[in-house]
Amino acid sequence: MDAHLGCDFLDHPVSTGTTIMAVEFNGGVIIGADSRTSTGSYVANRVTDKLTRITDKIYCCRSGSAADTQAIADIVSYSTYFFENQNNRDALVSEVAAEFRKFCYNYRDTITAGIIVAGYDDVNGGQVYSVPLGGMLIRQSCTIGGSGSSFIYGFVRENYKEQMEKEECVEFVKKAVFHAMFHDGSSGGVCRVGIITKDGIERRVFFAPSVDEKPAMTPASVTVR
Amino acid sequence: MLNNFATLDEERGFSFRNCKRNAQLVANGFIPPKAIKTGTTICGVTYKDGVVLGCDTRTTIGNIIWEKKCEKIYKIQNNIFVAGAGTAADMDGMVKWMRSNMELHRLNTNRKIVPVITLVTTLSHHFFRYGGAISCVFLIGGVDNNGPHLHVVYKHGSKMKLPYATMGSGSYAAMTILETRWKPDMTEQEAKELVADAITSGVVNDLGSGTNVNLCVIRKSSSEKINGYREICGNGKRILDYSIKHGTTGIISETIKKIELDVIEEQIEKMEVE
Repeated sequence: MDAHLGCDFLDHPVSTGTTIMAVEFNGGVIIGADSRTSTGSYVANRVTDKLTRITDKIYCCRSGSAADTQAIADIVSYSTYFFENQNNRDALVSEVAAEFRKFCYNYRDTITAGIIVAGYDDVNGGQVYSVPLGGMLIRQSCTIGGSGSSFIYGFVRENYKEQMEKEECVEFVKKAVFHAMFHDGSSGGVCRVGIITKDGIERRVFFAPSVDEKPAMTPASVTVR
Repeated sequence: MLNNFATLDEERGFSFRNCKRNAQLVANGFIPPKAIKTGTTICGVTYKDGVVLGCDTRTTIGNIIWEKKCEKIYKIQNNIFVAGAGTAADMDGMVKWMRSNMELHRLNTNRKIVPVITLVTTLSHHFFRYGGAISCVFLIGGVDNNGPHLHVVYKHGSKMKLPYATMGSGSYAAMTILETRWKPDMTEQEAKELVADAITSGVVNDLGSGTNVNLCVIRKSSSEKINGYREICGNGKRILDYSIKHGTTGIISETIKKIELDVIEEQIEKMEVE
């Protein structure tokens, strides 16, 4: 396109291609995401942090249009801060999720946002809520989202267990995100994981396994020497 | 201090009333004027004590170079500079908006320095309200009480905080240099050379970027704009004298005719000279 002299990325909106997931475990929730933001076929940011803070113990995982999800997260973060200030108590995860649903549903025709809200509160412990495109709100104990999630539905069905221990759950989330990143072109970079418990959030970053390592899944027809 | 996310300000927003008419004109064969774009290579890099921003100096309309030495790095505050890429008119408008907003913010909050994130947030929220109609992207670099920061804000309103970034048509070329050679905690000289090399790569490999490399260094308590840090394209030096000498064209005959003019009205206006 002559008008842009080769800056193809100016024609495409910035989207968080993405793989995101959140899982309830024994003691809280674990959230995970890849780190790639793309504009068309160009990777605009290879170290994105898609795990966005709403409060110290409530985070959201963003997928869809980067501008839409960042703007909504900013609005919800602000209105939650105001709510906590006015009501003199910490917001519940369900309240934050409902606020997300309010925006995602009312503006469902104009925005592209698939959001997972996850956190810990003193009333109900660790909770995960999914607010996909269209603005539905549903609580699930394990949920995946984003373009990369289509590749790991089978893996998650097979390997998810209720109330896992912390390290076991971190391994599960890490493996799931890496499997999705392997297959999905719009997901890549590193795997960011957040462990939210009553003590706050613990963040970890995992790098992709080296290409020299034997792949985790080998086709049945190939003999491995 | 609720930002007006979803309110429609009838007087100040863009008016799309003529879009239908314009579409019909184009369908009837009218060729619309092209926008002046700043083709561009801009990049920014954080180093140990601050941020270095760099840009080329070419502005284009379609395939024509409109301006050889234009300015793409703008001062917003003493500690915050932005580099812009996109439609020149939108960039200029947004720079005016940023400057007045940040100065008003500083005066209203009685702050000595405005945090960089303040500009990033207000700018990204403003872009989001306009749904991407303001066609420019900005690299925002600055140093505040929390250290040096570099942010990118896209035209739809998304923002990214990065240690190094490039934008514009030459960004692919510049990014190769940054990805190879950026490392944390560089010295100021290393950072300046890295940015200059990245912009040079854009100038040399991209048609939309050219002429010179301008740099801007922002440190904790000072900032410095260096125009023409590196000159890559310049006019060549003429070796021979190409002027046409008197007598080259032979004069055969000469006739002088006086044109008679009637003076109808004489008006003398005094020129204001300070």
